Amino acid sequence: MIEARGLTKRYGSTVAVDALSFDARPGAVTGFLGPNGAGKSTTMRLILGLDDPDAGEARIGGRRYRELDWPLREVGAVLEARAFHPGRSAHAHLTALAASNDIPRSRVEEVLGIVGLADAAGRRAGQFSLGMAQRLGIAAALLGDPGVLLLDEPVNGLDPEGIRWMRNLLRSLAAEGRVVFVSSHLIGEMARTAERLVVIGRGRLLAAASVEELSARSGSLEEAFLEMTADSVDYRAWTS
Amino acid sequence: MTTTSSQAPGGHYRFAQVARMEWIKLRSLRFTWWALGATVAGAVGIAVAVGVNTEDAAADLTNNALAGIALGLLLTGVLGVLAMTGEYSSGMIQATLAAIPNRPLVLAAKGAVLGVVALAVGEAAAFIAFFAGAAALPAAVPAPTLGQPGVLRAVILGGAGYCLIGLFGLGLGAIIRHTPGAIVVLVGGVYVLAQMVAAFAPAIMPYLPVSIVANSMSVVQPAPAEGPVRFLSPWAGLGMLSLYAAVTLGAGAWLLARRDV
Repeated sequence: MIEARGLTKRYGSTVAVDALSFDARPGAVTGFLGPNGAGKSTTMRLILGLDDPDAGEARIGGRRYRELDWPLREVGAVLEARAFHPGRSAHAHLTALAASNDIPRSRVEEVLGIVGLADAAGRRAGQFSLGMAQRLGIAAALLGDPGVLLLDEPVNGLDPEGIRWMRNLLRSLAAEGRVVFVSSHLIGEMARTAERLVVIGRGRLLAAASVEELSARSGSLEEAFLEMTADSVDYRAWTS
Repeated sequence: MTTTSSQAPGGHYRFAQVARMEWIKLRSLRFTWWALGATVAGAVGIAVAVGVNTEDAAADLTNNALAGIALGLLLTGVLGVLAMTGEYSSGMIQATLAAIPNRPLVLAAKGAVLGVVALAVGEAAAFIAFFAGAAALPAAVPAPTLGQPGVLRAVILGGAGYCLIGLFGLGLGAIIRHTPGAIVVLVGGVYVLAQMVAAFAPAIMPYLPVSIVANSMSVVQPAPAEGPVRFLSPWAGLGMLSLYAAVTLGAGAWLLARRDV
C-alpha cells in the first residue's frame, strides 16, 4: 500500500505538489492522471525519496522509502525511460542493480525474458529504441519481484503491440495482489488499464475514485477529466 | 499482502552489496579499461623516453622514471569524475538511489571500488615504469634499484598518486554533477592552475596536486629549494593529497545527501 499524506513540494515560488493525500491499494491498477505539469512525476520522485518534500510524507507498507531494508525487493519503479548508462549493456545494468539488493543473477535472465529483451541483452543500451528502453526499465522494476510497482508514463514510446503488452502486464501484476501505481496523461489508456484513479491538477487532488464512478459523473471518463482539470491547465485552445 | 514469490533475505543492504554493484558498473564500461590501459602505457612510454635520453648519472633517476605519472593522473581523475557525473548525465542516478537510498553509502562504495582499482593499476604503472625506465638508461648511467634508500618509497607513493587523484575527481563529480564542469575544474585545478601559480605565486606551488605527486611523493632526493618554492616532503605530500581527496569526498557526500536528485 502506498499512502501519501499532505505531500507538498515547492520549487522556488512554484508549488509543484500541494498538500496531496491519496492511497494506492494492493490488487488493483491505480491510474495517476493529470494534465502535463500537474505534478505527477514530482509526486513519484517524492514517494521514492529522490526529492525531499517540503511538507507531508509518503509511506510504502507503513515505512518511508529510505527506511526500506531491500528497496528493490519491495518497490519497483520506472521514472524515466532512460535511467541507465548508454555505454552499458542491458545485462550489465540489470546485474549491477541485482547485486545491490542481493537478488540472484538467475533473476536477470528471467526478467529479460519477461520483457522480451533476451536477444538484445548484450547490446549497449544507448542503442535501444524508446520502446526497448521502456522494456529495460520494466525489467529493472521487476528484478526484486516487488509487491509495489510505480511507473511514470510507461506506454510512452511503445507501439500498439507494446501498449497492449504493457496493459496486460500491469493488470496481471495487480491480479497477483501487487500495488500497481501508474501515471499517464492518456485518459483512454487509463480507462482500459486502471480500476481506480487518482486525478490531480496543479499539484492538488481533484478526485480519487473508481473508473466507473468518475465515468458516470459526466457520461465519459474523458468528459469527467476535462471538466475536473478545466482550471488546472495553463493553455487550452478555445473551442465553442 | 502480496503473492511475490522470492523471499527477501533477513537484514538490510550493506556496504558489501553496494560495493558489488559499483564494481559491476565500473567494469562494464569500456572507458574504464581504455583509461586504465592508457595510464599504464603512458607512464611506461614516458619512462622509457626519459631513460633513453638520460646523460646525468647524478640526477634523481627514480623521479625521472616516474615522470609519466603526472600526465596519467588526468585519466584517473576523469575516471573518478565520470563515476559520478556519468550517473547524472544518463539518468542512472535515479536507478542507483532507488536501489540504495543511503546516499553517503553509495559514494563510499564508489570511492572504495575506484580507489582499490586505481591503486592497483597505479602501483602496476609505477613499478613497470620504474623498471622500464631503469632498463632504458644508457650503459654509462648506473640504474637505480629498489634497495637504494628512498627508491621503493618513491615508486609506491608515486603509484598511490593515481588513487588519490581518482578519489579527488570522484569528490569533484559529486559536488559539481555535470561532466564538463567537473572536468574543467579537475584539469584547471590540477594542471592549468599549476602553470599559472608557478609563474605568479610560486609559494603556493608545492601544495598543488600535480606538484605534490611529481615533486614530493615520487622523489628520492629532496628537491632543492628554488627561491621561495620549498616542496613538501614525501609523507607530507601524501598527507596533503589525502586531505584534498577527503575534503572533496566529504563535501560531495554532504551535498549528495541533502540535494534533490
